[in-house]
Amino acid sequence: MQRLISSIASRLVIVVPYIWLLVFFLVPFFIVFKISLSEVAMAIPPYSPVFDLSAGWTAFKDSVSKFSWDNYIWLTQDPLYYRAYLSSLFIAGVSTVLTLLVGYPIAYGMARAPATVRPTLLMLVILPFWTSFLIRVYAWIGILKPEGLLNQFLMWAHVIDTPLNILNTNTAVFIGIVYSYLPFLVLPIYSALEKMDYSLVEAAEDLGCPPIAAFWKITFPLSLPGVIAGCFLVFIPAVGEFVIPDLLGGSQTLMIGKTLWNEFFSNRDWPVSSAVAVILLLLLVVPIVLFQRAEARAQESEK
Amino acid sequence: MGMKTVLLTATLALGLASSALAADRVVNVYNWSDYIDPTILEEFTKETGIKVVYDTFDSNEILETKLLAGGTGYDVVVPTANFLQRQIAAGVFQKLDKSKLPNLSNTWDEITQRISTYDPGNEYSVDYMWGTTGIGYNADKMKEILGSDEKPSWDVLFKPELAAKFKDCGIHILDSASDVMPSALNYLGLNPDSKDPDELAKAGALLETIRPYVRKFHSSEYINALANGDICLALGYSGDILQAKTRADEAKAGVNVAYTIPSQGAQMWFDLMAVPADAPHVAEAHEFINYMLKPEVAAKASNYVSYANGNKASQALMDKAVFENPEVYPDEATLKKLFTVTPYDTKTQRIVTRLWTKVVTGQ
Repeated sequence: MQRLISSIASRLVIVVPYIWLLVFFLVPFFIVFKISLSEVAMAIPPYSPVFDLSAGWTAFKDSVSKFSWDNYIWLTQDPLYYRAYLSSLFIAGVSTVLTLLVGYPIAYGMARAPATVRPTLLMLVILPFWTSFLIRVYAWIGILKPEGLLNQFLMWAHVIDTPLNILNTNTAVFIGIVYSYLPFLVLPIYSALEKMDYSLVEAAEDLGCPPIAAFWKITFPLSLPGVIAGCFLVFIPAVGEFVIPDLLGGSQTLMIGKTLWNEFFSNRDWPVSSAVAVILLLLLVVPIVLFQRAEARAQESEK
Repeated sequence: MGMKTVLLTATLALGLASSALAADRVVNVYNWSDYIDPTILEEFTKETGIKVVYDTFDSNEILETKLLAGGTGYDVVVPTANFLQRQIAAGVFQKLDKSKLPNLSNTWDEITQRISTYDPGNEYSVDYMWGTTGIGYNADKMKEILGSDEKPSWDVLFKPELAAKFKDCGIHILDSASDVMPSALNYLGLNPDSKDPDELAKAGALLETIRPYVRKFHSSEYINALANGDICLALGYSGDILQAKTRADEAKAGVNVAYTIPSQGAQMWFDLMAVPADAPHVAEAHEFINYMLKPEVAAKASNYVSYANGNKASQALMDKAVFENPEVYPDEATLKKLFTVTPYDTKTQRIVTRLWTKVVTGQ
């Protein structure tokens, strides 16, 4: 009896994430997918067909027959869309590498710090989340603008004579993304490094391995799961980022989030913007699933 | 505490909250940012006992998307006339009950007449403010660059060789095709309300030539940027720029902001109060609109935001600085040069947005 209850309980626990996936991912995805096959209309809501379940089965079938792939074909006809996708992937990629370069040493330093100090350091990394994301991004406008803190400091220190033009450029977008997503990268790497057995590195050094080589041969490979998780957590939201390029970027900053915004708000074209969103999702999910599979296969072959 | 008790307490709390709401009368207003004297709302609550939940947006597109999604919960919204016309067609609004708006007698025929091209018979809307889309500038910098005291015309923005001179001190342009394209068309001597793809393309091409000199396309940042002296030229809304002037004067940092309706003419627009079809508090919405139509309230609102209103009776009560300012209340000759535009249909809208994306991003 006891065993039966516990087996039911464990199954229930497994069901929870699936329900989560269904309710918060698959259902919204199918709603968006359905809109992407519709047509624009001047009404509430601004597309057609709209399903009316009370109208019965034939009306439902009739609505389904009106679906078309026209919006996806439209996306291939204007180079704007693929340029926006590529530019978003590029900006997110560069930002992820920069975040890793800044975040890894921080995580390493935290993991190597005395155990009594670590909780405080951890707190300090999370602390910025206590203020609104929007306010923190706005604050960067004050820092980066031509008369801002950064330029005033550099001019005071006689590093530069004329103010640097950083705000409203891609550089400002990189700074904004690195700053905003840094904790998402530091935390997984920190937790991987903290669990690591440091005596492995000592053993390598005892056997005559120089510290730098020991880092690349032992520490870095062991922290790799954290690095990969952290990079995903930065890269995926950065691709669809809208607020940071809108506030810090210039008019030449082309990102898919802005393109989507335009389709949705300026053109009131929910179907095309849904198509843009579906493609973006596929662009992100498919490579990640393939990567996960390759990882799983590699682990199995190791066994 | 067991689950049942938690649920019971929650239900009780909800019940109390909703009965408290029923006692407090509420009106949910959705208006443009920086667009009202906050004391008006306080006095409205004091007089009527209706609480105002006030929320803001900074572009017609955001308002329209919310309205088309439906179920916004707003009772009074303030779209611009050309957007309102399209929204009426989509069935977004309900007809106003004019028997509940006795203060309609205060309105100004000149404006009501012009609005009726968007809202035939003025059945759905009442004017809140109207204004023009023109040039805001830093007067000292303008004098330095042009070498004269003359007010700038559209040439400073639309002549590339002239716009280039303002590149370093900074140019902002509204990020709104429906506000900028008509001005460009007008500058080219074409019909500002044109829906012809070739003519629109010409306006787009004109804007592309000045794109390298524009620091940012944005619909609200220019108020602070002008006031702080971060930029020296802006294509923006009359009242926003006059607010920038007020802020600059208050800051006393020596920034001298000015607005002008360029001599070639400018776009005239109307922001209208309307009630969504699914508004939860229709009676309160009418009370709010009627209150805004009181001469002394309309005068106070215009004094604060430096925009003209459609309320004839309020003009005698208004600050002279506002009513006698020709950039706010233009004279007969200028008024004739102001043009209005009608909404784009879906196909033209797509062409315009695509042209605009090219102007803004270069792609």
